[in-house]
Amino acid sequence: MNFWEYLGTRHQQLLVDAYQHASAVFQCMVVATLIGVVVGVVTYRTAWAANLATLTTSTILTMPSLALIGLLIPVVGLGVAPTVIALTLYGLLPITRNAIVGLRGVDPALVDAARGIGMSRTMRLLRIELPLAWPPILTGIRVATQMLMGIAAIAAYASGPGLGNEIFRGLASLGSKNALNQVLAGTLGIIVLALLFDAAYVLIGRLTIPRGIRD
Amino acid sequence: MTEQAVAGATIELENLTKHYPGTEQPAVDSVSMEIKAGETVVFVGPSGCGKSTTLKMINRLIEPTGGRIRINGEDVTGIDPVKLRRKVGYAIQSSGLFPHLTVAQNIALVPKMLGWSKARVRDRVGEMLDLVGLDPGEFHDRYPRQLSGGQQQRVGVARALAADPPVLLMDEPFGAVDPITRDHLQDELIRLQHELHKTIVFVTHDFDEAIKLGDRIAVLRERSHIAQFDTPEAILTNPADDFVSGFVGAGAALKRLNLTRVRDVEMRDYPAVTVDTPLQEIFGHLRGSGTNEVLLLDRRRRPYKWLRRGDLMRARGSLARAGTLVHDTVTRDATLRDALEAVLTDNAGRVAVTGRRGEYLGVVDMETLMNSVHELLEEDRLEAMEHQHELAETRTQQTHFAQEGDGGEQKA
Repeated sequence: MNFWEYLGTRHQQLLVDAYQHASAVFQCMVVATLIGVVVGVVTYRTAWAANLATLTTSTILTMPSLALIGLLIPVVGLGVAPTVIALTLYGLLPITRNAIVGLRGVDPALVDAARGIGMSRTMRLLRIELPLAWPPILTGIRVATQMLMGIAAIAAYASGPGLGNEIFRGLASLGSKNALNQVLAGTLGIIVLALLFDAAYVLIGRLTIPRGIRD
Repeated sequence: MTEQAVAGATIELENLTKHYPGTEQPAVDSVSMEIKAGETVVFVGPSGCGKSTTLKMINRLIEPTGGRIRINGEDVTGIDPVKLRRKVGYAIQSSGLFPHLTVAQNIALVPKMLGWSKARVRDRVGEMLDLVGLDPGEFHDRYPRQLSGGQQQRVGVARALAADPPVLLMDEPFGAVDPITRDHLQDELIRLQHELHKTIVFVTHDFDEAIKLGDRIAVLRERSHIAQFDTPEAILTNPADDFVSGFVGAGAALKRLNLTRVRDVEMRDYPAVTVDTPLQEIFGHLRGSGTNEVLLLDRRRRPYKWLRRGDLMRARGSLARAGTLVHDTVTRDATLRDALEAVLTDNAGRVAVTGRRGEYLGVVDMETLMNSVHELLEEDRLEAMEHQHELAETRTQQTHFAQEGDGGEQKA
């Protein structure tokens, strides 16, 4: 059975896996974005807090994903839970860091102007600072998504959902006639998903970054 | 909708002080001044003298550590700063426009915060763009980066004035634009102020800008101590001390010329004839006047040619060929400096003054200018001395009242 025949017979299963993969990454990204931006907003004003947030999130990132998931299994069990927790944690670093960098990068003269014309703290944050910091934050989200696409494959080790299952099955049965096809299908599927997500981000950027600050 | 003549509000600063923790000397040390409603006051001083800090304490962008601020008699030292700032316009260097919002959205910010209706905000935005000389149709939906520096600054002023605040604070607003644009913007601000009568507090380090814009100028030295607070005329002719004269710089008398218009000085009555005057009469004028020269006007009474006695002879009585064309005139609204410039470049040292439609009004020459300037300077000097005398008197009275002075007075 060559690769195309394999895709033909298994497309149902592959589509389900791809959907679950995308869905897991997407949901974790939403959570990671929310947490990341909130952490950024809370910490960007004070140097030590911002540094602490960056340091913590980058420490998480240095842990091998397999190890982190392995460590999570005894705590939260198998399946979806360790996958979601691991993915969210890994997604945090680029988003938090870019949120902090973006918010700190807003021209102080503009913040001063916003105060000067009578904007409250919340209004300043929502109407001036976050919109101006949005392009770097979006870049962070994009980078995080690419990363999570790959890491999500490892989640299959903890019986998580997604295309990683194909890869792990293939690896486990190396030498059998479909092994290579399975690994290939899983890997290529992840690449295709990653590209689709990236295209979506370009579109989101077009729609959400005001013309005045788009380059 | 035309501008309702909302007069500005008075601003009183009373021993206003800013002391940053961990520093020995306060950044602003007990500033007291009264700014009248509708007046333009310029804070001028070297960098780091605390002029900007003082300005920012008026809308409490920087919280004072001591003293009071009263706007229109109301003590605003303790009220919610956000509310205070919505009533006080604020314009800063390089405009401070928000790059992600359009021109219209930028201008609409404060009116929206004040809860104006959509229709009213929309009308107001158009009105403000008109006011600062930008075509609403063209600029409404532009983003700040699509504007030139001067246009951005105009929008910045429009935003500051959008909610019609009685007070406008301007922190070196024209510091980042080229000299020609700056000159335009200054003229524009003078025109605006003529219409609106706001109370404007303007910070600059450019003394010439201060002279041009200020009804009164506060020359500040370190820690925002007031070295002199007076009209431009008084500061130019009678600087309070070496610091002020150093800041005024060289050429105070020349700068003084910028403050007086040709209409304020006496013009010479020059014999003037029109092209329709009979030759006989022209000869009569030439002989009769002590000047040997008459000014020939065209049919609309505009200066046309200078005629000397010999000219007519040489041209054999033809007015068309005789005399030298008038190449330069000044209007009644020109400054004495412009007039002096024209007189100096004229080969006979005189220049014709014209009215609104270019009609002849009189002539100024070196002599009249010199006399006027001398008179002006003398007047200024007397006035300033009188003023200082008064100040000294009130000061002694105050000291009597207060029993013990607290060092709030400058310039012993």
